[in-house]
Amino acid sequence: MPKLAAALPKLSFDVTHHTLDNGLRVVVSPDRSAPVIGIAVLYDVGIRSEPEGRTGFAHLFEHLMFQGSTNLEKLEHFRYVQSSGGTFNGSTHIDYTNYFESLPSNALERGLFLEADRMRSPRITEENLANQLDVVKNEIRVNVLNRPYGGFPWIYLPAVLFDSFANSHNGYGGFEDLESATVDDATDFFKKYYAPGNAVLSVVGDLDVDETLGLVDRHFGGITKRRTPKRPNFAEPALTAERRETHHDAHAPIPAVAIGYRVPNPVRELDDHLAHILLTEVLTDGDASRLQRRLVQRDHIVTDIAAYIGEFGDPFDERDPTALTISAHYPDAASLDAILRAIDEELERIATDGLDAGELDRVRRRLAAAVLRELDPVISRTLEFAKFELIYGRTEMIAELPSLLEAVSEDAVRRAAGGLQASRRAVLELVAGGSR
Amino acid sequence: MSVVPALTKPRRARKLSVDERTTDSGLHIVAVRKPGVPLVEVRLRIPFLGSGATHPARAAVLADSLLTGAGPHDRAELASAIQSLGADLSVGVDADRLLFTGNVLAPALGGLLDLVALVLTEATFAPDEVAREREREIERLSIARSRSGVIAGERLAARMWGDHPYALDLPTADAVAAATPTQVNNLHRDRVRPDGAVLILVGDVSPKRALDQAERALGAWAGRGKKPRIPKLPDPPPSPLLMVDRPGSVQSSLRMATMALPRTDPDYPALQLANLIFGGYFSSRWVENLREDKGYTYGPHSRIDHQVLGSILMLDAEVATEVTAPSLLETTYELGKMATLPVTEHEVESVRQYAIGSLALSTATQTGLASTLSALSAFGLGLDWIIEHPARLQQVSVEDVSAAAANYLAPTRFTSVVVGDAATVADRLAVLGPIEI
Repeated sequence: MPKLAAALPKLSFDVTHHTLDNGLRVVVSPDRSAPVIGIAVLYDVGIRSEPEGRTGFAHLFEHLMFQGSTNLEKLEHFRYVQSSGGTFNGSTHIDYTNYFESLPSNALERGLFLEADRMRSPRITEENLANQLDVVKNEIRVNVLNRPYGGFPWIYLPAVLFDSFANSHNGYGGFEDLESATVDDATDFFKKYYAPGNAVLSVVGDLDVDETLGLVDRHFGGITKRRTPKRPNFAEPALTAERRETHHDAHAPIPAVAIGYRVPNPVRELDDHLAHILLTEVLTDGDASRLQRRLVQRDHIVTDIAAYIGEFGDPFDERDPTALTISAHYPDAASLDAILRAIDEELERIATDGLDAGELDRVRRRLAAAVLRELDPVISRTLEFAKFELIYGRTEMIAELPSLLEAVSEDAVRRAAGGLQASRRAVLELVAGGSR
Repeated sequence: MSVVPALTKPRRARKLSVDERTTDSGLHIVAVRKPGVPLVEVRLRIPFLGSGATHPARAAVLADSLLTGAGPHDRAELASAIQSLGADLSVGVDADRLLFTGNVLAPALGGLLDLVALVLTEATFAPDEVAREREREIERLSIARSRSGVIAGERLAARMWGDHPYALDLPTADAVAAATPTQVNNLHRDRVRPDGAVLILVGDVSPKRALDQAERALGAWAGRGKKPRIPKLPDPPPSPLLMVDRPGSVQSSLRMATMALPRTDPDYPALQLANLIFGGYFSSRWVENLREDKGYTYGPHSRIDHQVLGSILMLDAEVATEVTAPSLLETTYELGKMATLPVTEHEVESVRQYAIGSLALSTATQTGLASTLSALSAFGLGLDWIIEHPARLQQVSVEDVSAAAANYLAPTRFTSVVVGDAATVADRLAVLGPIEI
């Protein structure tokens, strides 16, 4: 075996925090190595906050934020970003919604203006709503309805694992709910959740900190302060009896399964959370992982298998409650019980016998490298800084992740494995209706 | 006066420190210092064009099996060794190349290169591992072929390229099932060779030191590979729209393609801009029409794919079943407009800035620069191309773009396929022109 490299790398970033009078939290971090900048605004509202009868609304609303604003006609936002040499996007998550631009650094003020203009007020019209409703329905068709394994398991597993509407509903939305959304709904949603005090602005890259803070104040400072909503408690206790459901997929050629567990509060019980993250890596990261060896290489009963935390695979993306998911594709529908049994045995083995010599260290090292890799592109650093500020209240935590992971003990990982008992899981079996 | 702030003076990108050399064995190595995070991105590209009907299947099983054991290490030991370096390594293959993609904590680069060398020279191809990877490949192929877009891509390739190797986008399950460990081993022996291969290292390294490390680690990898005779890419024959039935589809996959120009052609920058104006970025005519005006689709895309034997202009859109024919109509309208009417100066300025800016953004990261350099290397291009391309884009005139559009975007040039619910969409498609089901 090759020698291990030296200790995990230490990270440090130059981060300046500032809060405007209207409550907008601002994070600025210079990096002058290339003439590019990232700008991101995260609003503290996501799928979890959608009202009943309005599934998918947070995402539909995200689309409306691109349809023109105080000073801009429809299509102008896209054109200004792209004709400046930049790219843009937005995405809706369980607990937040983000909007971002990657730009040459000479477009810094323009980018800040564009974000401020829609934070002031988006142009929500009947025509734009009808158009984006069609676009969103086509997004759902391409990603879910017309595709094998579409939305599996993120849309369907929460309905089995969780009980409250907030935690269990379809985040892409049912067509009926989406079609009944009105301009008034959108205006109310904006008023309630898109207040400056409910957002974090992150600006990273080829910039001067003082000058940037001045520009931020110029463009965002005049946005009126509004009441910010109080986040309800969404917690749900661990399951006490196994749940099983099936999901029919007309296009899938072979079956699949998703197994979900409710796991500790990712913010307040951070140590336990990190142990669970390391456990997912021990279970399925790479050919040396426990479940790859057992189910893919030894038993030959699954095609592929993955364990992860967070609905979209990012363990730092959600507040409580969050889920640990193990999902697999497998060719023979009759092997589901054998797969579940094998997973239980492997978890039990970790809980009882612990890990092999060096196993935790190599997994930790790889995970730390993956965290670093995510931070190289300026735009993903911009988004990560904003996300850690929003979810954890501390941008700086991301730089501490390698040492926080270093501090997780083998015992903590064993305990995490011991907690994932059959009685605590929700199993969603995908029944394959497509031809092979 | 617009309220939108003007752009300030652009800042120049820093000059990158780069070094390269070709080893005695014919391996070309490029190392670029790009600090940021303490990692190194690794891309090893080995030319892999093959001509026989069995080649794609054997190549797929080879790629799947390469990391299942090498030298003294079995599969799990090899994976543990890679992970211990904070590294990740994978192997993929397509019609043009076999590609190792990896990344590693910078101080451990030598360790990862040693393991890559071990795989290159002493891959085990144990019969049980190859058998297992064959099964998994067949399962993954069945998943891939259950996707509408994959079906459309395969049918389009077959229609354009006939019996040329490019016609076979994915291997057939039968050919995969028939690939033996010996055949895979022979393919490795004949084709996984350093002459013509390009290794790219980008990250927190000193270029000279990284070259030395790589040359040392890969010193035992030698021998000349077999060079198969590959037929020229034929001109796609004219053909009516092909309708492929996928009953119950709630969307139709529309794919249209035509020959484009390689990056080295003097007219390429103009064609690149013409394509952007048509459908190559969000603010394009096609996206603004089909998505932002009509709502027919989530996202139509038009791009130029540079393959070794030819560059292809490729349009794709997933459109709602009930508006399949109107979507084709609007697409043909926008193509026809590009080909018969001049573009505007405003449009050209917008895509020029976008092309320059997005190239800078995509090569400002370790992964982006490594992948771009690896892709360029297949055409004998390198960092200079990235540095000089903005100047080429600056020189393109509005007339140049209009001319490129007239020459390449005429709707009659395209080969077209629609995969969808034929019972619902075929009749209305037939109203617009000849179709074949």
